Amino acid sequence: MHWWFPGNASSVGGKVDSLFYVILYITGAVFVLVEATLLVFLVRYRRKSGRTAEHVEGSTRAEIIWTAIPAVILVTLALVSQPLWSKIKDSDTYPRNAVHVGLEAKQFEWHFTYPGPDGKLGDDDDFMKKDTLHLVVDRDYVLEMTARDVVHSLFIPAFRLKQDLVPGMDIRMWIKPTRTGTFEMACSELCGLGHYRMRGVVVVHTPQDYAAWLVSQGAASAADSAAAGLTPSGKGAP
Amino acid sequence: MTAAGTAVPAHTHVDDRPFIRKYVFSTDHKIIGIQFLFLSLFFLLVGGLLAMGIRWQLGFPGQAMPLGGWLPEGVAPGGVVSPKTYIGLVTMHGTFMIFFAVMPLLVGVFANYLIPLKIGAPDMAFPRLNMWSFWLMIPSGLLMTASLFVLGGSSVAGWTVYAPLSNTPDYTGVHLGQQLWCLSIVIFGLSSLLGSVNYITTVINLRAPGMTWFRLPLSVWALFITAVLAILAVPVLAGAVIMLFFDQTIGTHFYLPASGGQPLMWQHLFWFFGHPEVYILILPAMGIVSDIIANGARKPIFGYVSMVWAMIGIAFLGFIVWGHHMFQSGMNPTLASAFMVSTIVIAVPSAIKVFNWLGTLWRGSIHFTTPMLNALAFVSMFIIGGLSGIFMASTPVDMYIHGTYFIVAHIHYVLFGGSLFAIYAGIYFWFPKMFGKQLDERLGKVHFALTFVFYNLTFFPMHILGLGGEMRRIYDPTVYDYLKPMQPINVFITVSAFLLFASQIVMAWNIVRTLARGKKADVNPWHDCGLEWTVPSPPPHGNFETTPTVYHGPYEFSVPGAPADYVPVNQPLPAVPEGRR
Repeated sequence: MHWWFPGNASSVGGKVDSLFYVILYITGAVFVLVEATLLVFLVRYRRKSGRTAEHVEGSTRAEIIWTAIPAVILVTLALVSQPLWSKIKDSDTYPRNAVHVGLEAKQFEWHFTYPGPDGKLGDDDDFMKKDTLHLVVDRDYVLEMTARDVVHSLFIPAFRLKQDLVPGMDIRMWIKPTRTGTFEMACSELCGLGHYRMRGVVVVHTPQDYAAWLVSQGAASAADSAAAGLTPSGKGAP
Repeated sequence: MTAAGTAVPAHTHVDDRPFIRKYVFSTDHKIIGIQFLFLSLFFLLVGGLLAMGIRWQLGFPGQAMPLGGWLPEGVAPGGVVSPKTYIGLVTMHGTFMIFFAVMPLLVGVFANYLIPLKIGAPDMAFPRLNMWSFWLMIPSGLLMTASLFVLGGSSVAGWTVYAPLSNTPDYTGVHLGQQLWCLSIVIFGLSSLLGSVNYITTVINLRAPGMTWFRLPLSVWALFITAVLAILAVPVLAGAVIMLFFDQTIGTHFYLPASGGQPLMWQHLFWFFGHPEVYILILPAMGIVSDIIANGARKPIFGYVSMVWAMIGIAFLGFIVWGHHMFQSGMNPTLASAFMVSTIVIAVPSAIKVFNWLGTLWRGSIHFTTPMLNALAFVSMFIIGGLSGIFMASTPVDMYIHGTYFIVAHIHYVLFGGSLFAIYAGIYFWFPKMFGKQLDERLGKVHFALTFVFYNLTFFPMHILGLGGEMRRIYDPTVYDYLKPMQPINVFITVSAFLLFASQIVMAWNIVRTLARGKKADVNPWHDCGLEWTVPSPPPHGNFETTPTVYHGPYEFSVPGAPADYVPVNQPLPAVPEGRR
């Protein structure tokens, strides 16, 4: 039975998981200590005949200790989280040689625009696919994302990645798959009646498989674009 | 000195107000508090019922609901919840619980009932405004309830009603329902503001002689700080909602990008209200629990002054953490980092409060009364809710768990495990004062035990669902292959939720039975120090025969040399023995 994180398949997933486990161990230890103290006090200081409560009003030393220790732990946690966050979400740090793929979300559909054989987005050989993102393993990608109608959120659990797509905004997200296979994607921002079925898949290929797939798309792509009623994003659209 | 605080002043002047001024359009803060109590318990029931619909669909997707055949075809064809009905349930469950159940229970009930009694005032500073603040909740609640039945159905945009989903009817087919939502919330905001102005003015101006700021009970401190939060945050919500209403009705484009509007502006405005709102929902709970824990442990609150400053710190920081709801929204990632730091820092005062509650129990003499059990449940559940919040505060971890059931688990550990247990504690504690009758302790303990067990069985497994990647607000998790193996957890949660709901019948029965033929309550059944326990139960109109004088802080339990293990605040402390202080 699978009742935990889906197996990681992206370059950042492992680091996100590690950070999660660091927090889990720290909060887990605090949880056990504090709840155990609570239970011990409840048993030990329960009402008993012949013993009265002690009139204690506080202790400055205790206050300083239990302010300082959580503060130090928590600020450290923020400092540890910060570099990973910048690496994932700050588009200035994205690899320069990444392949750019367009993504426009509309109610209950993901429309991807591929750069075609020349690897450049926004010219004549671009082609579109609905609800399927094809990637090559260990290659850097930048998704150029926008939404046509309402706010959506791209969630690929196996990649640990999530990013909202907002109408009127151009948002970029870096992806680097590290494992071949097919992974599900979902919308994680309520977007209407069909929100729950706004499902797609990411297919991660080896370079050879991808080349073969690309060739097979040559004929199909134009028809696919027409069927979707969309034109590829960018200036050089046919 | 006589047995502390039991001397009841003779009730001399006769209350000759007609029935309608006394119990319906009353300006008496106590009646208004009780009116809020029944109104918000009703909405708690409505919100709970909606949650049962949500849980049925998630546990048994696509199967006909028991009694679902009674619902109209348009809502539940063949008894099966439709996708539109489902997100309507999700939206309205959140809306009712937050705006019409938990917030009025904490603020409407306890601020109204307790503030004048606890500070020694005859009533609120503005009794008529106070009456308005209750009677505005009636149209507000009626409009929100009506939105369930109008053509096109209720709002389906989630309780956060994110634009453009909420302001463009074409995207959902909902017209009138969302407009009624907006109108209802604006009226709700007015009610909340009238109440808050009153609480603030009353605490500043009407404290009895000797009731200095640092002799205020923590419950009064908490309600005062909450009122300040509400007065600063609620107008922002009202303004944002009015713009949303204009977008829907007169064709403005505040949140529509096509004409230069900004969807993210809604999110910023909403959460600028929404995060202080979280503290509006937890600070009064912390205050109530502090009073009850000191009473149950028969000890002064450990570190009273640091408890006050921790609440002020939470209130201040509460206004600069709203962006943590928007880490993945497309907001500049550097801005997100700033919000991560402020969010992490706000955990410190919360931790201080937990440690001080533990310090209060230390070397106490703990009485396990029903209010005390509920207050202790608050502390132990707030620890879980607080710790799970740290995961989301870390931006990279939030990227994975944002928008999943981990968040649903967290909010329920704070709002149910936190706020609602505190509300239950408060109801059991002050019920004898409100109605002059004592709730049955045995039924109270049964209700507590069942609620505590089924509450945890319902909400704890949601953490696991979230870590497995289950999104919130989805109609049918079995659409996704990776979620299918977790479906047994959903079934387990659904069964637990039904049992949790059923457990509340015990409390309802206890209240009904006690009101009908409960045993008469003593003036001070919990042997507490507060001023409210020095007047008859229920207190007469005007509360105090003569203005009381306050001699010391609110939690003088187990004072050495005192005749009883508590010294009411209107009686001086015994002379300090040699060698102490």
